[in-house]
Amino acid sequence: MTRKRFAVGDKLGPLVKPPVTKTQLVKYSGASGDFNPIHTVDEFAREAGLGGVIAHGMLTMAFVGQLLTDTVGAMGALKTFGVRFREMVRPGDVLVCEGTVTEVEERDGLQYVTCEVTATVQQDGRLAVAGTAVFTV
Amino acid sequence: MPLQDFEPFVGRSSSPVRNEVERGAIRKFADAIGDPNPVYRDVEAAGGRLIAPPTFSRTFDYGRIPDLPLPSAGLIHGEQMFEYFRPIYSGDVLYCTSTLREVRERNGRLGTMIFLVFDNTAVDETGELVVRETLTVICREGGLSA
Repeated sequence: MTRKRFAVGDKLGPLVKPPVTKTQLVKYSGASGDFNPIHTVDEFAREAGLGGVIAHGMLTMAFVGQLLTDTVGAMGALKTFGVRFREMVRPGDVLVCEGTVTEVEERDGLQYVTCEVTATVQQDGRLAVAGTAVFTV
Repeated sequence: MPLQDFEPFVGRSSSPVRNEVERGAIRKFADAIGDPNPVYRDVEAAGGRLIAPPTFSRTFDYGRIPDLPLPSAGLIHGEQMFEYFRPIYSGDVLYCTSTLREVRERNGRLGTMIFLVFDNTAVDETGELVVRETLTVICREGGLSA
């Protein structure tokens, strides 16, 4: 098998996820142990001034994680992955995850690839998360 | 809650909490995020043990730093970073600890905000570091609705 090689400017994705649903937020609450009711109880989220439930930031980050493992696999190629949470994500939002390679370093016969990654809401272009990842190939 | 209330806790840690990585927990997590990758579900595809998705370690119990006065509501998750030393597998027994690394205050359009930066680590039974998380939690003075 020929190893995948990367160059600055290469694109990752896009990975377009199905619309976020309230059921998914309940499932993610259960799977993650984050039971903050701002993600699952509309009345609570409205009283908190959010206008309704919002998605867990970590759910959106997991979507970007999928973009990365779809690109390099889940077997340990990923070295670092960090994001800032920007705009809130709500049920119905379609998240588009993308990346751009910004740096490639050749070391010990491996490529250390740095890329900028984002998740944006397809409907209106809101930036949900933005960050950086480093992987080796 | 003023900055001075948090400052004495910088450098303090929780006691390590034992976390067992179960196959079912990995499968449920992969289902919840809608990631069809077989290595999260099928032991054979994964080479004997399931592999956890990159953000799975956020589900671990890292314990609580004794007496740290964290408000129960109105916290905002500002940033999240993972540093990976090896994949997490089903069957792993990991000891997880949280340390308050830094606190700082910032005045923005939403008023005074306090940033708490935590280092969370997961170490395996041989003492090897498996993953380090850095997370930034933002507390707004007066809570979320201020």
